[in-house]
Amino acid sequence: MSSRPELQAPPEIFYDDVEAHKYTSSSRIIEIQAKISERALELLNLPNDGVPRLLLDIGCGSGLSGETLSENGHQWIGLDISQSMLNVALEREVEGDLLLGDMGQGLGLRPGVIDGAISISAVQWLCNADKSSHEPRLRLKAFFGSLYKCLSRGARAVLQVYPENLAQRELILGTAMRAGFAGGVVVDYPHSTKNRKEYLVLTCGPSSLSTSVPIGKGEDGESYSDDDSSGDDEEDQTVSISDRHRPRKKQKTKKGKGRAWLLKKKEQMRRKGNVVPPDTKYTGRKRKARF
Amino acid sequence: MRLLTHNMQACNIKGVTNGFPFRVEAEEVMEKQVDFNADFLRNLFPKIEWKALVEASRAMGYHELPDEADSSLLDSDDFLQKFHRALPQLHLEEGAFVCPETGRKFPTALIKCI
Repeated sequence: MSSRPELQAPPEIFYDDVEAHKYTSSSRIIEIQAKISERALELLNLPNDGVPRLLLDIGCGSGLSGETLSENGHQWIGLDISQSMLNVALEREVEGDLLLGDMGQGLGLRPGVIDGAISISAVQWLCNADKSSHEPRLRLKAFFGSLYKCLSRGARAVLQVYPENLAQRELILGTAMRAGFAGGVVVDYPHSTKNRKEYLVLTCGPSSLSTSVPIGKGEDGESYSDDDSSGDDEEDQTVSISDRHRPRKKQKTKKGKGRAWLLKKKEQMRRKGNVVPPDTKYTGRKRKARF
Repeated sequence: MRLLTHNMQACNIKGVTNGFPFRVEAEEVMEKQVDFNADFLRNLFPKIEWKALVEASRAMGYHELPDEADSSLLDSDDFLQKFHRALPQLHLEEGAFVCPETGRKFPTALIKCI
């Protein structure tokens, strides 16, 4: 079976009680969601004056992304289609208000009231027709149209999406542009299969200097690091074409994994109950070049 | 459901021309402590439909808000405190929002619905 949830069932059915429970119990999912929403908030580029804003979380699910917003001191309203996911959010007593609704039918909000919107891995669901009444093109249009309406002028919307293919990406972006948004796609870690993340950064209103699209992370072959504290992520650099065609072999001729890694692996194997040679001063030592 | 959200919501059913504001039918009202932030309220004020807010807060049993308000009131601390109590703190735990035109009910009972 395909690993894409969009192809398995409509969202309100796919995210049932079991799937919703997964979202709160898996520390891996929680960590990824927190990281993405942190980045989305960064891309929102809200003025840094400590004033809480009213944000919209589209596809808020169990409120993992909303938690990041709350931690940063913002007020938010969440929208999701899955009752089970919202039940989990209620149990967790998230701070934002939760609305049950289908974003493909438009957001029921007054014009010009929201200071910014984020959406984590949700919009690609609109590309699927789950009912006979669904027409992806119209649903996307309704969604982006109503989003444009409810955002205040100059506000940004950052939508993290997993488009299935080029056609979907073009459909989503094209509809957004036709709705009046300016902006484009930011890709973080474009060379990585796992960490690659696409963000639609859309600005309400005509294009100007402030609507220029920020640069993705790790575009210059910068490796993905788990510890954000190192501050490497600050260096946003552009893709150099020559880099892409560098022979693969050369990239691999790095140093070995190192002694610390080896000791960790050996410890892991020991815990599994495998027979592992003891750690000595020779463990993981450097060979001579002629070896 | 906070009044903040109530004030932002409008009915989006096709053909509805005047889907705002929702009537509030309150059954259980709660107040949750939220940090007071004057700047947030000042930013929010221009976006709020004051009449709708006053009506909704009265339906929920909170009568402190003045009938009319303009931005000159925002300097008064007393007003801001009242505003703060109504907007982010007052929660509708059980009840419903009713669309003024179609009469469709949006229950907020177990799950807070649009």
